[in-house]
Amino acid sequence: MSAQLLTNVTILVLAAFVGFEVISKVPTTLHTPLMSGTNAIHGIVIVGGLLTVGALAGGWVGVVLGTVAVIFGTINVVGGFLVTDRMLEMFKGRRPPPAQSADPSKKA
Amino acid sequence: MSVWITLAYLLAAVCFILGLRFLSSPRTARRGNVIAAVGMGVALLATALQVTHNWPYIILGVVIGSVVGVAGARMVKMTAIPQMVALFNGVGGGAAALISTADYLNSAGGQGPSVLIPVVFSAVVGSISFAGSMVAFLKLQEWMTGQPITYPGQQIVNGVIALGIVGIAVYLMTTGSLPAFFVVMVILGLVLGVAFVLPIGGADMPVVISLLNAFTGLAAAATGFVLGNTVLIVAGALVGASGTLLTLLMSRAMGRSIGNVLFSAFGSARAGGAALALGAEGGTVRSGSADDVAVLLAYARSVVIVPGYGLAVAQAQHAVRELADLLEKRGVEVKYAIHPVAGRMPGHMNVLLAEANVPYEQLYEMERINPELERTDVALVVGANDTTNPAAKETPSSPIYGMPIIEVDHAANVVVLKRSMAAGFAGVDNPLYYNPKTTMLFGDAKKSLTDLVNAVKNV
Repeated sequence: MSAQLLTNVTILVLAAFVGFEVISKVPTTLHTPLMSGTNAIHGIVIVGGLLTVGALAGGWVGVVLGTVAVIFGTINVVGGFLVTDRMLEMFKGRRPPPAQSADPSKKA
Repeated sequence: MSVWITLAYLLAAVCFILGLRFLSSPRTARRGNVIAAVGMGVALLATALQVTHNWPYIILGVVIGSVVGVAGARMVKMTAIPQMVALFNGVGGGAAALISTADYLNSAGGQGPSVLIPVVFSAVVGSISFAGSMVAFLKLQEWMTGQPITYPGQQIVNGVIALGIVGIAVYLMTTGSLPAFFVVMVILGLVLGVAFVLPIGGADMPVVISLLNAFTGLAAAATGFVLGNTVLIVAGALVGASGTLLTLLMSRAMGRSIGNVLFSAFGSARAGGAALALGAEGGTVRSGSADDVAVLLAYARSVVIVPGYGLAVAQAQHAVRELADLLEKRGVEVKYAIHPVAGRMPGHMNVLLAEANVPYEQLYEMERINPELERTDVALVVGANDTTNPAAKETPSSPIYGMPIIEVDHAANVVVLKRSMAAGFAGVDNPLYYNPKTTMLFGDAKKSLTDLVNAVKNV
């Protein structure tokens, strides 16, 4: 087992603990945006797509697979963050009275 | 890799953690999401600096992906969020599987186990996540039946597929590069993803999505091991932890174990013994008109609205807010009681009500509202069933016994808006409907609420 592998395993385990700690503080109210937000974060896999395609000197199979991976990863990242933002935008506190009548038409 | 790139990845990882941290309050949540997105941007920029080949393909991929992603995120209705999350999760898993396959075919095939193990793991888990998420999407979108699809010996067949995957994986470790075997393994992963989700009912899909979310996270982390990329490992581990935790929380909120959710084909047409017994006893059900209920509501001091799955299906969240506004204008105190699994996903009801401009201060979680229900004049149940079923507390033989519920039967009066007397997702009859305190108002939730709004106006 190489030193690099050990370092990586350490990072993985520590990050998992941080994840448990941080996530356990999120209230049920926000679990749907949370799921959608973490969903966007695993779109980070696109980095892997870029590194793989970006280093290939030839071989069309790898390029095709990698390009599809980049498409998928981009959908995951862009769609994930945008839809989470759309949800969270609506979590407003008690509405100010004047805005009350104007809002439904906007959202319809 | 230069020091700057490594530091940029560290910054990205910090952004992800901070972003999740900010998600713990509705006030800061939106900022948290932006911080996470900035982290993603930093990571992508740092990665772009390392790209030496194939720029045209990359740009093409990013453009196509962005167009699809923006369109999907903009156009999706809030009621359809769970299937959208499933879809985005699926493509993430698919990306992980594709990258691993490309890596294997490219060079990783001949390398040692420290590369081979994560490549194989990421490819298999990514493809399970992709295929499983697609089935979850189809079920939630109702493009295929939401009923569990079962056949005799199903779990054995699934077990055999899983063993086949493990067998090929082990074989790949011990021999040189075998692209054909690798591809077969990925295909088996896809098959297993489909086969594993088929027997799970539509209303359990959120648990599945959360689990597959964790899977995709782990697949991303494994890709990080292959490429020696720390930001992938950190982000993947965060998502893996979050998905696992949410899966556990959701099963607990339903009073069931994860094993029960995933392997028992729950919600299939199994009429529980308790249901039959109750129906045979023939308890009386009192059904009322919109006018009766309107009077009850208008002259109440406090009303607790309990929205459920049926409200989401009928898209009645705006109608319910209209009714609540009218009642508040008359001086009635209105609160919403949100069961942890109300809607189609935990917290989904909060999103739907937020969309209808219901301030989140009015939403009460189950633990907070239950003690108040004793002092409540009317509990108005809109399209919720199992989450209000007293059998969960009182009938040990009931399949849902042990599930925490919103104790509407403690309120002075109960009004239930429901399409028919049909049993809920769990297939269990609800003694609440035979309670003398209960008035049933049959019909589509949205139409019933609109009727109520008109009736309250005329009181």
